[in-house]
Amino acid sequence: MKVLMFGWEFPPHITGGLGTACFGLTQGLSKAGVEVLFVVPKAYGDEDEQAVKLVSASNIKLNIKEAGFGKHWEKVTFIEVGSSLIPYVGPEDFAKVMELSKMRKLSQTSSVFQESFEFSGKYGTNLIDEVSRYALVGASLAEKMNFDVIHAHDWLTYPAGIAAKEISGKPLVVHMHATEFDRSGENVNPQVFDIEKNGMEAADRVITVSNFTRKIVIDRYGIDPEKVFTVHNAVEHVIKPELSEVDRNVDEKVVTFLGRITYQKGPEYFIEAANKVLKRDPNVRFVMAGTGDMMHKMIRRVARLGISTRFHFTGFLKGDDVDRMYALSDVYVMPSVSEPFGISPLEAVRSNVPVIISRQSGVSEVLTHAIKINFWDVDALADAIYGLLHYPAMNKMIEKHGPEELKEMKWDRAALLVKDIYLQVVK
Amino acid sequence: MRSVCFFFQVHQPYRLRTYRFFDIGDNHHYYDEYLNRSIINRVTEHCYIPMNNLLIGLIKKYGKKFKVSFSITGSAIDQMQQYAPAALKSFQELVATGNVELVAETYSHTLVALKDKDEFKQQVQKHCDKIEELFGKRPTSFTNTEMIYDDKIGEMVAEMGFKVMLTEGAKHILGWKSPNYLYCNAINPRMKVLLRNFRMSDDIAFRFSEQKWSEWPLTADKYVQWIKQVGENQETINVFVDYETFGEHQWSTTGIFDFMKALPAAIFKNTDFEFATPSEVANHLQPISAIHVPQPISWADEERDTTAWLGNDLQDEAFDSLYSLTEKIKHVDDPSILRDWQYLQTSDHFYYMCTKWFTDGEVHKYFNPYPSPYEAFMNFMNVLSDLMIRIDRYLQNLEKNKPKPDTILVTTI
Repeated sequence: MKVLMFGWEFPPHITGGLGTACFGLTQGLSKAGVEVLFVVPKAYGDEDEQAVKLVSASNIKLNIKEAGFGKHWEKVTFIEVGSSLIPYVGPEDFAKVMELSKMRKLSQTSSVFQESFEFSGKYGTNLIDEVSRYALVGASLAEKMNFDVIHAHDWLTYPAGIAAKEISGKPLVVHMHATEFDRSGENVNPQVFDIEKNGMEAADRVITVSNFTRKIVIDRYGIDPEKVFTVHNAVEHVIKPELSEVDRNVDEKVVTFLGRITYQKGPEYFIEAANKVLKRDPNVRFVMAGTGDMMHKMIRRVARLGISTRFHFTGFLKGDDVDRMYALSDVYVMPSVSEPFGISPLEAVRSNVPVIISRQSGVSEVLTHAIKINFWDVDALADAIYGLLHYPAMNKMIEKHGPEELKEMKWDRAALLVKDIYLQVVK
Repeated sequence: MRSVCFFFQVHQPYRLRTYRFFDIGDNHHYYDEYLNRSIINRVTEHCYIPMNNLLIGLIKKYGKKFKVSFSITGSAIDQMQQYAPAALKSFQELVATGNVELVAETYSHTLVALKDKDEFKQQVQKHCDKIEELFGKRPTSFTNTEMIYDDKIGEMVAEMGFKVMLTEGAKHILGWKSPNYLYCNAINPRMKVLLRNFRMSDDIAFRFSEQKWSEWPLTADKYVQWIKQVGENQETINVFVDYETFGEHQWSTTGIFDFMKALPAAIFKNTDFEFATPSEVANHLQPISAIHVPQPISWADEERDTTAWLGNDLQDEAFDSLYSLTEKIKHVDDPSILRDWQYLQTSDHFYYMCTKWFTDGEVHKYFNPYPSPYEAFMNFMNVLSDLMIRIDRYLQNLEKNKPKPDTILVTTI
């Protein structure tokens, strides 16, 4: 079986869990005998192509004068909207971005129709141009390539998936790694919402990364439950040995938050809990690793609470630094407000770090040996942190059983479930 | 004489409230009053009162032929006195019929038998005192918490003057032997041991309302047929169940009360069995042999061992931290500290920390106030940390108020 797969990220060029998940899944699919043609906006040449054939959309030249081209464009025009769409940016940064684009007087769509187009593959100001262009590439590839099923990851690639389905008549599977409700709470961007909804409606099957997300897809987008299937994410089991032991240069215990500092991740709850713990036990250090639109606000809050000597910001961490951060941590906290899955707690467990996760996360459905709290319950969060730092039996238990649990969460297994879903729709 | 020996366990723990670490050293109120009150009221209404009335009715009808036995823990009695006095009154009426034997155990249903002999003896005395005070009789039979038993515990209980002890007829202990005889302790043969017939007990306690069970629905006549099938020379059928079976675990709509109401008549009519209490069985029968129990057994779960309460890291740390206080507590004479020391030992707290229910056991979730063993552990440890601080403060005060040895020295010179 051959899959035409549309993604936005592929390791090592990733900003979040999406790229990691795509990588793990394609590895698993390849082992299951599924051939994957993976399209990214821009390939850098250093990606691991053992399991997939990577296609860089930047290298696909489109001939606008070609007879069939108008047909392609018709299929994707519904996303031709003239505003800056930035999925992982909150209101504060958005305002800044708007200022910039006004100054530069960017024309939004003209470049989409050029013969060649250099994708940034990021989530910048001309994202909607990139999404449109990517859809055109999708349509073009669908015409040239030979495949059995189309698989599109997250809304950025849904227009491409739909176009490819229209052109080829092949079944479409869309994969919801996150919904607009996770990213933005109740302030959803209606354009993104529409693209997600259209994508899921056009799809033959919808894969959600958790039952938590499945419920949102059914309740908030009105998608037919019959075609929505949950396939939980997994985690890679290998960790570089040199990263598992790191010299610590502080005596205190370290409690870590690692992720984008955005509304979705609940950073403010982490800070309030830290404050409560520090009042009782000053011998703890808290680390907020990552960056995001709420970072400055969070730094101000920490300063106002007067805990800055015990609360540290690292900025964005990537690659090996992430594993080093885990190795330095005694407790890992993910207080997400709405987390479709959340691979990072599994990575922490892999590094033998006990985790506290919010119940509003997909990962809480699969991880039993973790402390689960409601994200808003700062007292419970503080209590869990205190407990993990003071009652060593919990660490022992989690260290003993965590790895066993992880063994069950293999991408190979997830890939088999995805393959089953392909088989349902491939004639 | 062949007999059916009914034993009912009545127990309620003092469940802890959500106790945060910032309460430690500051707030010494540990219990979830609302939860404890509502549970004991619910059980009183669904089980204690209706079932007590049913038993009183049966006793009136059959006189000396119908007898039962109970253990009512101190923490259950305390909660009845606190929240449900009608329940206690009802038990007193039932015991006053004279056809009820009250069996002793540890005051607040603890695991201390596995840890500390002196403390164990004290807790049993405390329970006996309470029973004597409220019911006018001092128990002579004994059952340890959750039927936990091994040879040494049996010997220790014999030393205290008890004549008979109740425990589980665990398969791995009995092998081919039958639980339907009187046995004796392997170290001290004067201590008689009654073994629970778990099949006949669980038919009532667990399977009664299970519609998938091939024997469903269970009627008194059917149950009597099973009693009749018991080998002719077998002497006692020990049916030991949680009292909440009647009306709470098995709702009244399942017909459990009708079953119990009909059972004595059906037994009298069709068999030569009578009803007897543990001390009567022990007095009338000769032990058939010693029962060897080198490792502790209990009536819980499939394993019938102590792993429901002890063995995982959380349980062991909580247990060891708690009993690290035994030396200090001997010097404490503060009623509120001593009360909390008792209630914190209740086995249920350790049951909530069990991780076995991740894979099996709906029973473990029953009445369990915690979403996971980790929460149970953290909450318990926070409370225990506070108790430790209180004990230390108490002992420091004691030290301060003592006459200083050096001043004594000066005066004597």
